[in-house]
Amino acid sequence: MKFGIQVNEGPYTHEASVTAINFVKSAVAKGHEVFRVFFYHDGVNNGTRYAKPPQDDINIQKTWSELAKEHNIDLVICVAAAQRRGLADEGEQERNGLDGNNIMDGFRISGLGQLIEAGIECDRLVVFGD
Amino acid sequence: MSILHTVNKSPTDRNTLESCLKLTVKGASVLLIEDGVYGAVSGAVSSQMVQDAMGNVSVYVLGPDLKARGVDESRLIDGVKVVDYDGFVDLATDNDTVSAWV
Repeated sequence: MKFGIQVNEGPYTHEASVTAINFVKSAVAKGHEVFRVFFYHDGVNNGTRYAKPPQDDINIQKTWSELAKEHNIDLVICVAAAQRRGLADEGEQERNGLDGNNIMDGFRISGLGQLIEAGIECDRLVVFGD
Repeated sequence: MSILHTVNKSPTDRNTLESCLKLTVKGASVLLIEDGVYGAVSGAVSSQMVQDAMGNVSVYVLGPDLKARGVDESRLIDGVKVVDYDGFVDLATDNDTVSAWV
């Protein structure tokens, strides 16, 4: 079965990011496909590469990046939510005249159309967050 | 059409569990995750409401989230089923759609 995932909550806030990660791990282990994870609202902070959590804590951003690489999962950050919260890739850096970018490897910034597409393409869309 | 409802906040924090149980129809499944697991504990403020709903809907609770909070399975309302993440994925595939009460 094809899964789409939506994450609305920031990392290290309550638990939604980790719940979503565990769900994705279980789904792919059971042979399902995770087509896309769409990060919305504070969820966009799952995609910054500047997070440095303590060594005994889970590195949520890195875990997403590794999962995406291993299982070919499309990690999409909502552009409007990202602009509000200071998340930028090279394109956003250039477009907005920023002095740098901070997106984690494996993530990309795009629009809500990607969420709609995930809703259409996937058998199930599962939402995590506040 | 069957729906899997997920509730991730404690019934003493938000009213999402109550809203969810009011709107579920016969044959639906409700999975309590994260702080939502407190809704599965017997003797809590929401227990009667959950017990009443269980005539129509199946109530599940995510085991790892119970364990993370030190809630022993012996404290659960009778009939609440404990699942792990594989069980969560199975519930998502067995039902036609998943609705998150966030």
